[in-house]
Amino acid sequence: MTLMEPVGAPQYQKFLPADHAVQYLDTAGELTESEARYPRPSDDRLVEMYRNMFLGRRFDQQATALTKQGRLAVYPSARGQDACQIAGAMCLRPTDWMFPTYRDSMALMARGIDQVELLGMLAGEWHCGYDPARYRSAPQCTPLATQLLHAAGVAYGENRKGRDTIALAFCGDGATSEGDFHEALNFAGVFKAPVIFLVQNNGFAISVPIAKQSAAPSLAHKGVGYGIGSEQVDGNDPVAMLAVMDEAARFVRAGNGPVIVEAQTYRIDAHTNADDPTRYRDAGEVEKWLGRDPLARLEKYLREKGLFDDDAAAALAAEAEASASALREGMNAERPADPTDLFRYVFAEPTPQLREQQAQVEAELAAESEEH
Amino acid sequence: MPTITMAQALNTALRDALTADENVVVFGEDVGALGGVFRVTDGLTSDFGEDRCFDTPLAESGIVGFAVGMAMAGFRPVVEMQFDAFAYPAFEQIVSHVAKIRNRTKGALSVPIVIRVPFAGGIGGVEHHCDSSEAYYAQTPGLKVVAPSTVSDAYTLLREAIDDPDPVIFLEPKRLYFSRADVELGAGPPIGKAAVRRQGRDATIVAYGPSASVALETAEAAAAEGRDLEVIDLRSIVPFDDETVMASVRKTGRCIVVQEAQGFAGVGAEVAARVQERCFHYLHAPVLRVSGFDIPYPPPKLERFHLPSVDRVLDSVERLQWNDTADTRWAVPV
Ligand SMILES: Cc1ncc(C[n+]2csc(CCOP(=O)(O)OP(=O)(O)O)c2C)c(N)n1
Repeated sequence: MTLMEPVGAPQYQKFLPADHAVQYLDTAGELTESEARYPRPSDDRLVEMYRNMFLGRRFDQQATALTKQGRLAVYPSARGQDACQIAGAMCLRPTDWMFPTYRDSMALMARGIDQVELLGMLAGEWHCGYDPARYRSAPQCTPLATQLLHAAGVAYGENRKGRDTIALAFCGDGATSEGDFHEALNFAGVFKAPVIFLVQNNGFAISVPIAKQSAAPSLAHKGVGYGIGSEQVDGNDPVAMLAVMDEAARFVRAGNGPVIVEAQTYRIDAHTNADDPTRYRDAGEVEKWLGRDPLARLEKYLREKGLFDDDAAAALAAEAEASASALREGMNAERPADPTDLFRYVFAEPTPQLREQQAQVEAELAAESEEH
Repeated sequence: MPTITMAQALNTALRDALTADENVVVFGEDVGALGGVFRVTDGLTSDFGEDRCFDTPLAESGIVGFAVGMAMAGFRPVVEMQFDAFAYPAFEQIVSHVAKIRNRTKGALSVPIVIRVPFAGGIGGVEHHCDSSEAYYAQTPGLKVVAPSTVSDAYTLLREAIDDPDPVIFLEPKRLYFSRADVELGAGPPIGKAAVRRQGRDATIVAYGPSASVALETAEAAAAEGRDLEVIDLRSIVPFDDETVMASVRKTGRCIVVQEAQGFAGVGAEVAARVQERCFHYLHAPVLRVSGFDIPYPPPKLERFHLPSVDRVLDSVERLQWNDTADTRWAVPV
């Protein structure tokens, strides 16, 4: 109870976390008994969801393999978080904005970005390989939680311009401890920015488990203190993920202010290929989560409803293989980097000093090629 | 031969400090079970307990601000910032509080905190993992700023930093973490002292951190061409060892500063200005700088163009006005 009644109807109370995560399918892929809080997505959308997840998973595997071959500097896998990533991408319109982190490559892929361009950053070619304006997808963000404020700002700005654009920002459980996370929720709440904060709680921030990260009952509950809508969802249940994200998009687009959604999921692979998870978690835990695989869950459901069969599976597998081999080919092709680019994009117009420095590199290159 | 890496030397320094003083505490992101992403805190939690080395929530401002409070309660916190660019959320705490508390309170309070920052590039890291941020810290009065370049210094400087009554920004060159040496840990000059790494007659190269080895390699290459270069490793940027640097430049009459950070308004500019002010009449040539370009740290595939190379330093050596004639003497090098 507060002393003052809130001004106007407290809209966020329509989107408040229950004491358990939203779930439609249990871990075996059977419909749960629990009451559905949000409309179930249509069959077509669920079939589309499965297709995106399947292609995303194959992409993730391929990128992981390319890292082992030294083609990528680093790759943070999203395996296990497939449903979160794809539901995130699917709840948006092409005109909406997405703010991904380094781990959200599957979501970017589902956004229609060319896979080779998408991996440009992780391949060490440039800091962002795709055109963010064209895909309305910000560069993959590495400093944690900083992108959340950008999402709030763009959502507010677009809204001020009279457009019904929304923004979706991803972050992890660890990032919710950063100051910027709290500032973003607060700004978005105060300015009623149509933004969805999708927290993928995958259990760990590198080595630190969620229990050492936060003492809150759930990360979704953090919305309450900022007066914004909040919900927690089984992040390995594709039906629940899509249902909640679709509803969240409708909610924020309708002018109710921001929403925070906590997807409870698990990072199956290491933090990145440079990490050694055996130092901080046991194999039994991974095993348990492998039994909650989002792809298997949705596939079982679709097959039981007659929406998916062996023929469809074979066709999809072939499509995924073709896509992976195109990615391999693309990444194996020589894409020489141009050192003069170093100076081209620091300012709109290079300063005199940058021109001098560019000339120095050009002279060095010329001398080098003369030697050879 | 029993060799030890820089990361192991730092680990030993932390162990010895934890053993020597029960007020020493180590905390930060992933410093516990994982032992830090560079394994500098490896085994500290299991050997000294969670009270002495612990993981914090993921919040740099929180880590440094918490350290300020713990220092006020009598602890000596040694905190880890995971990478250079991820210390920026803590910048407010560092420049507004850590650096100023002694001054603001006329000495009534002090916060002897060590902030360990893996810094600089050359490791093929993706963006935000390779910044050289020393100038930001060196520009902030109240902070000591040190950067080891050898395994032995890594140990000595860290022990000194932890014992220091003032806050120290401890910059660890990432690309040297796994460099090895066969050394006895413990001996070495204190914070504030530069080291003459190579004696020479003809010119002085001043460097620090990851650039010190570039300077040494350059000196070896130059020796083959008949130039005898002296190499000074600053070790400590604040306080700055004017004495060692100036004595060397007065002897050689020529000076080049090498740094990996962008050149404009950097530490090299400060060194050049000090040399010019103090050694003007000894100089045969303007003080030159070789640095990274004035650009955001480039992606891995382009970083070799950015980092000061031995060739680039050698080119600079050639521009030190060796054929001293009246009309070229003060020409600005292009
Ligand atoms: C400001 C900042 N501090 C530290 C880091 C280093 N770092 C990169 S990822 C990571 C863990 C992030 O965990 P979480 O937010 O849970 O996301 P996840 O990687 O699990 O998806 C850390 C500490 C960083 N990128 N940015």
